[in-house]
Amino acid sequence: MKQLMLGNEAVARGLYEAGCSFVSSYPGTPSTEITECAAKYSEIYAEWAPNEKVAVEAAFGASLAGRRSFCGMKHVGLNVAADPLFTIAYTGVNAGMIIGVADDAGMHSSQNEQDSRNYAKAAKLPMLEPSDSSEGIAFAKLAYEISEQFDTPVLLKMCTRVAHSQSIVEPAERVEPAQKPYEKNPPKYIMMPGFAKKRHPIVEERLKALAEFAETAPCNRVERGTENKLGIITSSTCYQYVREVCGKEVSVLKLGMIWPLPTKLLREFASSVERVIVVEELDGFIEDYCKTIGLKVEGKNRFSNIGELSQNLVAEGLGLQAPQGKALETVIPPRPPVMCAGCPHRGLYYVLSKLKLTVIGDIGCYTLGAVAPLNAVDSVICMGASVSGIHGFNKANGGKTDGNTVAVIGDSTFMHSGMTGLVNIAYNDSKSTVIILDNSITGMTGHQQNPTTGFNLKGDPAAKVDLEALCHALGIARVRVVDPYDLGQCESVIKEELAADEASVIISRRPCALLKYVKHKKPLTVDTEKCKSCKMCMKVGCPAISMVDGKAKIDNTLCTGCGVCAQLCKFGALEGNV
Amino acid sequence: MKTCNVMIVGVGGQGSLLASKLLGKLLLSKGYDVKVSEVHGMSQRGGSVVTYVRFGDKVYSPVIDKGEADFIVSFELLEAARWTEYLRKGGTIITNTQEMNPMPVITGAAEYPKNLVDTMRAAGFTVDALDALSLAERAGSSKAVNLVLMGRLSKYFDFTEVEWMQAIDASVPPKFKEMNERAFALGANA
Repeated sequence: MKQLMLGNEAVARGLYEAGCSFVSSYPGTPSTEITECAAKYSEIYAEWAPNEKVAVEAAFGASLAGRRSFCGMKHVGLNVAADPLFTIAYTGVNAGMIIGVADDAGMHSSQNEQDSRNYAKAAKLPMLEPSDSSEGIAFAKLAYEISEQFDTPVLLKMCTRVAHSQSIVEPAERVEPAQKPYEKNPPKYIMMPGFAKKRHPIVEERLKALAEFAETAPCNRVERGTENKLGIITSSTCYQYVREVCGKEVSVLKLGMIWPLPTKLLREFASSVERVIVVEELDGFIEDYCKTIGLKVEGKNRFSNIGELSQNLVAEGLGLQAPQGKALETVIPPRPPVMCAGCPHRGLYYVLSKLKLTVIGDIGCYTLGAVAPLNAVDSVICMGASVSGIHGFNKANGGKTDGNTVAVIGDSTFMHSGMTGLVNIAYNDSKSTVIILDNSITGMTGHQQNPTTGFNLKGDPAAKVDLEALCHALGIARVRVVDPYDLGQCESVIKEELAADEASVIISRRPCALLKYVKHKKPLTVDTEKCKSCKMCMKVGCPAISMVDGKAKIDNTLCTGCGVCAQLCKFGALEGNV
Repeated sequence: MKTCNVMIVGVGGQGSLLASKLLGKLLLSKGYDVKVSEVHGMSQRGGSVVTYVRFGDKVYSPVIDKGEADFIVSFELLEAARWTEYLRKGGTIITNTQEMNPMPVITGAAEYPKNLVDTMRAAGFTVDALDALSLAERAGSSKAVNLVLMGRLSKYFDFTEVEWMQAIDASVPPKFKEMNERAFALGANA
C-alpha cells in the first residue's frame, strides 16, 4: 500500500526488506532515523555504538559472520570511521555490508559541509545516492546485491533533503537470506603487509568491474529530451530541482551510482547533446571526473560549491527565470536556536561565564553556550576535541592557563571520543580541568540512549558506565560531582579544581529537562514590588524570562521551575519552590 | 493540477511536524503526489523552523523556494513576517497572532517589530490573522495551536470535514482526539 515515508525511514525499510539483520550506528543529524526506524523491526538486531569507528567495525564483524549488516552516521562520522573503511575496502565482505552516510549541505546541524562522495573515490568503494524515499528503499536493496556480487562494502549516501523529506513509497515483503557460512581465510581477512599487497590489485580490478556494471546499471538512467540542445548530468536531490525547472526538451542523465562513474555512458550522453551542464551540490565531483575523461562540461562556473542548491538556484544557474518573492522592509530579528528553559547546561555555563574562564567546547546541545548572553565558549571543532585540546592549550602555555581554562563535553560525546583525550591528560601530566556535562541522554540528535544512560537502543536495561569510576581508572584522582542547578556549589567546586595542582574531572549531573521522566516544578512567579529591573535574571539567557514594562516576566508555558534565575536575584523577586 | 505549496513555519517545539504529518496523510488519501520536508536537529531548539508540504499530479523538489508558496501557515507572528519572500503573488499568509520573543529581543539586542499584521497588509500581502493560542486554550490545551491553524487552512481547500477528521484521528493519540477536533473546529470557524 502506498504511504508517505521519510527518506531515512525508507532506507530502514529497504534494509529490512533486503534481509538485513544487524545494525550498529552512532546518532548524527541527518542520519539518525535510519537506525531508529531499523530498530523497530524485530528481525533486525540494532544498537547504538559508542562511536562510528566501533559501529563500522561491528557491522563488518556481522558481515564476516555471514549476516547482512548496516552502519549509519553523518558525514563527519565517516571521518571517525575512515580507518576501518579504507581497509575493509581491501578485505571485502562475507555477507553484504552497507555504510550509510548522510551529508548536511547548508549545515543545518553540523560543523562543516564536507562532501562524502570524495570518500568513495579515496577508499575505492562503490557509492549509491538516492534522490527520494522510493529510491531509499530500492537503493538499500541494490546496495546489498552489489556488495555480495562484487565482494565489497557499499556506501549509501543521503543528504538532508532526501533524509528528512517524506515522499510516496510502496513497501514490499522481507526476504530472509540464509546466513552465509564463515570460512577462515587469512589472505582475505588479515591485512598485514604480505596479504594486503595481494589485496590491493584485487581492489583495483573490482573498481574496474564496478565501473563496467555502472555503465548499464538501471540506477543510472537517461531521460531523453525532445531536443538535443542541453543535457544535464545530476543526482540526489539536485535531480529533483532539475526536473522541477527543466521542460521536456532537456535531456537528463540521472546518476544513482555516484562512484565509480560510467565513462562510456557519460561520453555517449555528452555526445548526444550540444552542451552539457553538471548540477551537483558542494564539490564539482562529477564535473571533475567528466573533465578528466576529456568531456567539455560546465558546472561549478554556474553553481556555488557552498551550501545547498534549490530549484530557484538551479533555474538561475541554467539561465532560466526563477520566481521572485517580496521580503518585508521591516527588520526581522533572527531567531537562533537556544538552550531550552530548564536546560541543566545553563547554570553551569553561567558560572563559567561569570568566572571569565577560557572554555574549550565540544559537539552537542551545549555548543549553544557559545551564543549571547552566555558567550561562554572559546572553541568547538569536533567530537572529543575539548578534552584533547585543553591539554595542548595548557601544555603550550607552560601551565599558566591551568587555573582559568576548562574543557566541557557531554556524556555521549565523552563516550564517543573524550576518553582517550582524558587518558592523555593523565598520562602526560597536565593539570587540566575537564567538565563532563552528564544530562543522561544524547540530547542534540533527539534523545538517543548511550553507554552512560543504562538503557540500549531498544529501550531495554543495559550495562551503565560509571563515569566517576571510569575517570579514576583512566588516571584522574580528583573527580567531583556537582548539580548544575546549584550555582554556588558549581562555582566553589570549579574554583577548587582549577586551583588544584593536578588534573581533575567535574561531572555536572542532571538529566535533560525534555526527558519524559523528568518532573518539572511549578513555574516561578515575579514579585513586581521587589523587582528592581536590574536584569540580572536575564544574564542566563533563558527563553522563559523577558522584561515587560521594565519588570521581569516569566512565561508559564516554558518555565520548568529550575530556579537558576532566582539564585541571581539579589532582591528575592523571583519566587518558587527552589 | 499545478503543484500547491504550503509552508508551515514557527518556533521549534510548537508542533509544526504534527501539522505537516496530518496534512500529508490527508493529501495522500486524496490521491495526490505529496512531498513533505522537515528540519531536525539543532535548529529545533527554540529556533526558527520550516516545514514544506507540496502536492499535485507530480511533485519533484521536496522544498519550497522564494516566490512559490501558495500558503504560509505561521505558528507565530514574527515567523510569518520572516518568510514573506517565499509567498507567491496572490498567495495567503495564515498566521497566529501570538508573539514569542527570540533571544536577541530577550537580551535587548533587537526589538520585536510592532503591528506586523498591519505592516504585512500594507506591503500588499493577504493576511488571515487569528489568535490561535486563545482558541487552542479554549479547546483544552495551549499545545493545540497546530490543529487550530489546520482548521483555518481547511477553509481554503475543498476537502470535506470527514476527510479532515480521518486525517486528524490517524495523526493524534486517541486520548487527545476530541480536544484536537475541537481545536480544528474553532480554527475553521474563527
